[in-house]
Amino acid sequence: MLDIATLLGAGLLQAFEPLNLMMIFVGCLAGLFIGAMPGLGSVNGVAILLPVTFLVPPTAAIIFLAALYYGAMYGGAVSSITLGIPGASTAVATVFDGRPMAQQGKADQALTAAAVASFIGGTISVVLFTLFAPPLAVFALKFGPQEEFALMVLAFATFIGLGGDDIPKTIFSILLGLVMAAVGFDIISGQPRMIFFDFVELQRGIGFLVLAIGIYGIGEMLWTLENTKGEVRIHAVSSTWKSFKKNLSHVREYLPTTALGSALGFFVGTLPAAGATPASLMSYGLTKTFAKDPDSFGKGNVSGVAAPEAANNAASTGSMLPMITLGIPGSPTTAILLGGMIIWGLRPGPLLFTDRPDFVWGLIGSMYVANFVTVALNLALIPIFVRVLAMPFTILTPIIFILCFVGVFATTDRMFDVWLMLLLGLGGYLMRKLNYPVAPAVLAIVLGPLAERSLRQSLISSRGDVMTFFERPISLTCMLLALALMIYPIWLNVRRRRAGATSGTE
Amino acid sequence: MSTRSAELLMAAGLLLLSLGLMWNVTADDLHIGWVEGRGPGAGVWPFWLSGGMALASLWTLVRWFRGATPESRNKAPYIDGQSLGLVLISFAALTVMLLLVHVVGTYIATALFLGFYMRVIGKHAWRSTVSMCVGMVLLIYFLFEWQLTKYLPKGAKAFEDGFLWIDNFRWQYLM
Repeated sequence: MLDIATLLGAGLLQAFEPLNLMMIFVGCLAGLFIGAMPGLGSVNGVAILLPVTFLVPPTAAIIFLAALYYGAMYGGAVSSITLGIPGASTAVATVFDGRPMAQQGKADQALTAAAVASFIGGTISVVLFTLFAPPLAVFALKFGPQEEFALMVLAFATFIGLGGDDIPKTIFSILLGLVMAAVGFDIISGQPRMIFFDFVELQRGIGFLVLAIGIYGIGEMLWTLENTKGEVRIHAVSSTWKSFKKNLSHVREYLPTTALGSALGFFVGTLPAAGATPASLMSYGLTKTFAKDPDSFGKGNVSGVAAPEAANNAASTGSMLPMITLGIPGSPTTAILLGGMIIWGLRPGPLLFTDRPDFVWGLIGSMYVANFVTVALNLALIPIFVRVLAMPFTILTPIIFILCFVGVFATTDRMFDVWLMLLLGLGGYLMRKLNYPVAPAVLAIVLGPLAERSLRQSLISSRGDVMTFFERPISLTCMLLALALMIYPIWLNVRRRRAGATSGTE
Repeated sequence: MSTRSAELLMAAGLLLLSLGLMWNVTADDLHIGWVEGRGPGAGVWPFWLSGGMALASLWTLVRWFRGATPESRNKAPYIDGQSLGLVLISFAALTVMLLLVHVVGTYIATALFLGFYMRVIGKHAWRSTVSMCVGMVLLIYFLFEWQLTKYLPKGAKAFEDGFLWIDNFRWQYLM
């Protein structure tokens, strides 16, 4: 316990170093802005801006990206409330009560509630993070390749069991990402694999950023263009110091809800397939179920804004727990962060705690500071963000496209990858329109090389005996959980069909 | 094209892609099984996972024929007619920009793209269009070329030579 306090102290000190503190400010600000823009969320921001972070050392870079992740969770609420369009999928549940509140002229109250709830959610989850991360990392040190592989299977199984998307399409998306990761030279035999049409450029493989920026930059913008047609309507927000103080006095009304949502969000956030969006929806649902006045939800109940906002912030911190301790990202955004860490020359996983304590604790310390910075910036800048939201898409869209192009080129130095990004972005957009989930593919391309290596290492050491995954207790547990997750939706389907059949005969 | 036909086409296309990937692995003479004394062959991972992709696509096809997916019952157009134009023109402009990068280089291409999008699609005033274009070009130059020391594409020889003037100026007076 004392160890943690010392390390955390060092981390906090590090967060206050001028460069890191500046990164927190810039990251929070960029995140708030990106989160508030309809169609752009944390994952888009992190993917598009990752190439720019090569300007600063890795610790400062991850602090920037983590702050951006954080800020985007706050920012999502702004457009949910003032536009009635979720700024990111994570803020969908905020629309339910945020929009009615704005229509009743209580937009400022909703925005304050969102900011305060986000702050509480962020703080509770970062404390949980600090308590859980070190023991989990120590535990994970015992992992061999079998456990690593089993854990990745479990991560992908959560998409099948909990993702809620069409199952064959989810499986396709996972496998596509894993296969794309195999392009290039084989790590063990050194043979070239899948060099399509003899493109020399493919020998270096397909970088995860090429796919991530293609899907979350190009594909996402095409999707947004189609769905919003660039039209938005803004609700007026008037905010004065007096109304602000009055709004803060309402905090007591939604405090219990917020605390519950925060804890829920943290744990849901650690699951790779779940993350902030389902966490916020679950938190909203639970709050409504247990409320004294469930009928008032959807008509502008302030708890309906606070609950999902607390949960989505807590989930963003929660999703970093498996990324830092196990090397398994808890969300698409952390998948990109993980890929970034590999580019920076760090090996994500439990060893990070012993090898690079400055990196890990600097990040944790920055999360505490980022929480205060974001809530302050958010409350202070609400009027400005509302004005920024009125920025026409004809300015934002080309800028995003240009950043995608320059960003991909800057990471790989090849126009080939830029064209590949364009192609993958278009493909991702067309597939997403048919309900193929894209997040599993991004997670898979990041984890693919690690998964293949751990599978082959395990099989070599067991001389080809697949039972090696079922003989060790931790890997057995992961495998059984994964199996259960994969069977669960099928069982659910069968049961539903049987129920349908019996009700049909009656 | 309706969403219904689009799903059929997509699933069939992805099935072909998966089979193509499997064929590609075997055509490269990679081992797709156990290699005695060396462990799993280099082709195991891509071959069998592509096989899984093929099965998943088949599964989607079966679900399509049985009308099990919502998309297979959806007769609405695949891409909404009203916004199809906007999506197409944005994608086309982006493609043209990337083509231009090979000819006139990053800076002129991005400026032209931003200018086209703001002026023609967005109908913004000339003043804001031009200032955004200039600002964007300067930002890219400062951030990527200067701070990250990336050599962004400069296009054909004539344009690349022209750029030397700017780089020389920077090295001589600003560094």
